[in-house]
Formats: sequence, C-alpha cells, structure tokens
Amino acid sequence: MSEAQAYFEIRNLHAETEDTPILKGLDLTISKGETHALMGPNGSGKSTLANVIMGHPAYEVTEGEILFKGENLLEMEPEERAQAGVFLAFQYPVSVPGVSVAKFLKSAHDATHGESKLKPAEFLKELRENIKYLDIDDAFINRFLNDGFSGGEKKRMEILQMLTLKPQFAVMDETDSGLDIDALQVVAKGVNKLTGPNFGLLVITHYERILRYIHPDHLHVLIDGKIVHTGGPELVKKLEENGYDWVREQFGQEVLVG
Amino acid sequence: MSTESTAILDDYKYGFYTDIESDAVPKGLNEDIIRIISEKKGEPEWMLEWRLKAYRWWLKKTAPSWAHLNYPPIDYQDICYYSAPRKKSDQPDEIDAELEATFEKLGVPLHERNRLAGVAVDAVFDSVSVATTHREMLQEKGIIFCSISEAIRDYPDLVRKYLGTVVPYTDNFFASLNSAVFTDGSFCYIPKGVRCPVELSTYFRINALDTGQFERTLIVAEESSYVSYLEGCTAPARDRHQLHAAVVELIALDNAEIKYATVQNWYAGDKDGKGGIYNFVTKRGHCRGKRSKISWTQVEAGAAITWKYPSVFLEGDGSTGEFYSVAVTTNRMQADTGTKMVHIGNNTKSTIVSKGISAGHSVNSYRGLVQVMPDAHQCRNYSNCDSMLIGPDCSANTFPYIESENSSAVIEHEATTSRVSEDQIFYLRSRGLSEEDAISMVVNGFAREVFKQLPLEFSVEAVRLLEMKLEGSIG
Repeated sequence: MSEAQAYFEIRNLHAETEDTPILKGLDLTISKGETHALMGPNGSGKSTLANVIMGHPAYEVTEGEILFKGENLLEMEPEERAQAGVFLAFQYPVSVPGVSVAKFLKSAHDATHGESKLKPAEFLKELRENIKYLDIDDAFINRFLNDGFSGGEKKRMEILQMLTLKPQFAVMDETDSGLDIDALQVVAKGVNKLTGPNFGLLVITHYERILRYIHPDHLHVLIDGKIVHTGGPELVKKLEENGYDWVREQFGQEVLVG
Repeated sequence: MSTESTAILDDYKYGFYTDIESDAVPKGLNEDIIRIISEKKGEPEWMLEWRLKAYRWWLKKTAPSWAHLNYPPIDYQDICYYSAPRKKSDQPDEIDAELEATFEKLGVPLHERNRLAGVAVDAVFDSVSVATTHREMLQEKGIIFCSISEAIRDYPDLVRKYLGTVVPYTDNFFASLNSAVFTDGSFCYIPKGVRCPVELSTYFRINALDTGQFERTLIVAEESSYVSYLEGCTAPARDRHQLHAAVVELIALDNAEIKYATVQNWYAGDKDGKGGIYNFVTKRGHCRGKRSKISWTQVEAGAAITWKYPSVFLEGDGSTGEFYSVAVTTNRMQADTGTKMVHIGNNTKSTIVSKGISAGHSVNSYRGLVQVMPDAHQCRNYSNCDSMLIGPDCSANTFPYIESENSSAVIEHEATTSRVSEDQIFYLRSRGLSEEDAISMVVNGFAREVFKQLPLEFSVEAVRLLEMKLEGSIG
C-alpha cells in the first residue's frame, strides 16, 4: 500500500499540554470505509488524541504527523479541518446561550459546505428528517445550543451535528459515557447512518458496551500515550472479560486506574 | 462630492470628514457666546433667560467624579460651542449637496427619492438640524417632528410647557452645561390617541474639529399615543477628544407608550486611547400618566468615555419602565452606564437587562438604581446584569443600588460574569466557523435579549456593528 493513499493516518504523534507529555509516539492508520475503536484506561491519552486531531489550542504537538487524504491536518486551523471533512463528537460539549440550535446548525452547515450548501428550505427539511430519525423533540431546534441540556441531550446534539455536517471522517470521544441504553441505541443509529464506504470513524470509548451497536473493524488499546495492542472484534470480548491487566503484563506498562 | 476619508483609523468606517464651509462662534464659553447662539437660532427671550440661568448654575458646579472613569479634566474654554454648515442655497427646503452626500454615506438618505420608507429622519450636523423627512405625512396625523430649534420658534407654548420638566437645568453638571449651550436636537409631539405610523429617528453627526455637540431632544406622548424613536450617532476619526453632552427628556401621559432606541457609534479613539468622543449624556423619561410605558434600548458601541444612565420615573399608577442595554468596550474605551428606575406610583413595574461586553484593555461598568418610594405599593422590579469578558486585560464592574422603602415591593436582581472561553471558541471552530465568526456568535447570543428589542433593520445593523467592533479582539 502506498503511503499517500492512506485515508487517515497518524505517524509517531507526540503531544503535550502544560509541559506534560501525553501522547508519546502514537501510530494509527484508518482506511476508507473502516470503523476503528480505541480503548484505554483514564489518563492514557484518549481525549488528548481526539482534541489534537481537531486542533485544540491547549495541546502542543511536538513531533509527528496527522494526515487526512494526504493532507497534514496539523498545518490547518480547526475550522479548516472541519471544512476538510473532519468531525469530533465532544465528550463535554460546551453551551452557547442565546444561539438557537437551528441557527448554529445552519451556520456550521454553511461554513463546511461552501458552494454546495443547501438552500434554507432544503436545509430545514433535512434537519427535520434528522431530528425525527434521532427521536429528538421538534422544540429542540429552538432551544439554545447545549444550554441546560441533559447529558443525554448533549450527546444526541453531537450526533445531530454529525448528521448535519456529513463529515468524511469522525472521531467520537466517549460519546457513550453516561448514556442509558435507549440513548446509546439512538447514538448508534445515528452513527450507523453515516458509516459506509466513503466514511472513516474512530470511536474512543471506555466500555465495550457501545461496540455491540457500532461494530468496529479494528480495535486498539492505548496505554500511556501509545497504542500497545491492535486486533479485530475478538479483542473487544477479551478486554471485557479480562480487563486491561493482561495488556499491562504483556507490555510492561505502569498500572493506571481503569 | 467633497467628503474624504481621514487616514487615522481604517476600521471605523464613519471616520471620514466632510470639508464644508461652516459658520462657527469663537472657542470658549461665556454669556456672550450663549447670547450669540440664542440669537443665531432666533430664539425668544424666555429661552435665552433659561440658558443664562443654566449657565450661571453650571459655573458654581464641578464635574461629577463618582463614576468609574478615568480621564483628564476637560478644558471647557477650548471647545467651540456652535458650528453650522454654511448654507449655499437660498431655498429654505433645499439640502446642500455635500450634506446630502455625507448622510447618504452614513446610510441615512434624506432625499425624497431614496429616503428610508418606514423611518422619518431628522439629520443633525454639528450644531444644527439640516433636514427632516416625511414631515407632511406626519403633519396630517397631527404629529410634530422637527428640530428643537424650529419647535422653540413654531411651538413655543408646547416647548415651554415641557422643556426642563424632566431634566431641570439644575440636575447635574453636564445637564446644566447642555441647558446653557444646547444647539439642536429633535422635538416630537404625538397627539392624543395617535399611533405614530413610522419610526422617528434622529441621526447625529459631529463633523467640525474641536466642536462639542450639545443636543437636546424632547418627546411628548399624549394620552393613549404611541411612538418608537431611534437615535444614531457617528463622528470623524480624530486624534483629539471631543465632547458630546446631550439631554433627552421623554414624557408619557395616560396609557401612552414611548420606545426609545439608541445605536451609539461615536468615534472611540485609536487602540492606544488617542482621540474619541467623551459622551456625557442625561436621558430620562417620566411616566406621568396611568399605565404609561417608557422603554429605553441602547447599543453603546462607541465613544472613548460613556457616562449615561437612561432612567424612568414611574409616577403614574401601573406604569412600566424598561431598560435594555448592550455596552461594548474595546481597546482603551471606558463605559459607566446603567439606569435608574424610580417607583413613585402604585403597581409600577420595571425591567432592567444589561449586557456588558469588554475586550482589550477596556473598563465596562454597570451602575443602576432601583428606588421604591414609601407610598408606592405593589411595585416590581426585575434586573439582570451580565458581563462578558474577552481576553485577560479588560475588566467589568457591576454597581447595583436598591433603595426600597415600601415592604410590598418585589425586587429581583441577577448578575453573572463570564469569560468567552477557549473551549467555547474551539467548539464552534471545530464546526467550521472562523475564530471571528465564533466570537461573534457567542457575543450575539449573549446580547440577544437586547437586540430583539430593536426594530428589525436596526437589530441587523447592531449585530454587524458588534462584529466590527470585536474583530481581532481575541487571541
């Protein structure tokens, strides 16, 4: 496989925040049409990875590359990454009081779709279809963005944004955390609408639960800023049954709280 | 067309200067200057006497120092108190081409063919009103809308009955000064039972160097009438400070309603605080009638110094006072602004919504008084004062005063201070919005409650103004 053809590729990524190294040489390749899951204990660098992929200014990349369709994301501003088709579903979405969900989604859609953006009526039609699909109340679109939303509503909002922006590559940062089974199924339903031959997905999670609904092609284990193990769906079961201890034993890592 | 841009500042698009011959009085202030101003305006004797009384009172006073503002003392002898564009045409109703072009450039067309459809405009250039549109249509309904100078000549009884009854010349230092030297402004009179069909608007333009603008506006809404009034202001970008000391008086009788909106965009000085308008304004309304209502909405986006407290005295039983404010300060701007709601009648209600946005090295203070008199029963006030900080070097203060002397009053006060966070901006940028668009979205969301009080086209203008002011203010 020629290097330039990888859909999404991370090479030897090192990143730190406030002078503390978090990612210490991370490699990851995701081909078009694939779904990958990344698991790891708290503090292993999962959320840092998500934020670095999207370009959060609080993290500094000290070494390495992140390539999407051959372009180095690290040279792009966060909005340029979004415009290039990269999406991050946040673990803790922030609220923006006074800005309605509808207005926000329209602005985000327009910003990421350039010339091919939908006319207001078409946009609204599609938005209504999406909220229906995600079992969201109609009144939702007139509420202020994440303002006073419950944890579950915020996560649905992230998925609604994902369906609205139709990214080509998405990272989900612990979208499953704190969700009941119904909400989890809705999230999975949304994600599965997007997955297909022209989409790449990285699901970062703490629990194997969500992986019953979103079936990854590959699974990676992240410990102390590095991917220490990679395998197929059979690895999910193994992790669930045996925890991370065997990984730590095998790779000689410090024990971190899971 | 002889308007040209001054090159001092390129992000203030109204900073141009109109090169026009003007008729000005010498700098400085004394009784002779006041006599000259009064004579130039062809005023009756009583008006001159009132000005002189105000002047003599003012001489005994010193400028207030309680506001959270810091500026060098103003030399009142170094200001020109009257400057009027010299009229070229002999026709009284003809507007000079240069002035028309200036107002056109400011987005205020005065000519019949392209003037704003739903808005009647009084255009004030330095010390005089140069045109008032839509007059005939208003006259048919008995509405008087003209410059205050004309009103003093043409409707002396009405003016005399109301002028200074809301803000007497003894009220405060700047109001006394204004009463002595006011040059122009607008007069609106809405007769009983008439709902004014268009927005009335005054556009104030300071053009001449070293000239102060002292406008005086008086609005009287008779029983069961309604009027919505808008005020806009700009000035050329100059590196010296200029003084603007206005007085606005509103009077609402039984069941009358006055809505007064301001979009203030005076030149604010450069990024180091050089130049800019000193804006010392006394705005007050009297709800004299039962169930009358006065509502102030202000978007304060300009001026180096803002000292302004649009207030409502709720005299009539069941009357309502409202104050909605967005004050934006950037660079070295300083604002001390807020309101007074004085509950005198029974069952009076007031609402205060203040949104302060500070960026750069600016200082933004809210100062407000809610007062309930001993005989005012069952009064209510709701106040919400939020501050938003952009960047690490600005500051915001809230000075709320509550003086309730009647135990039946219900007074609620909420205040928050928030910082536009890196996470908030990052979240929006991750959805494709540029940093500036992200800030603008956060800020407009913050000020939404106030913007929705403005008539639609002005609300759009206000949003754009905020975006312009905050461009480049983060990071």
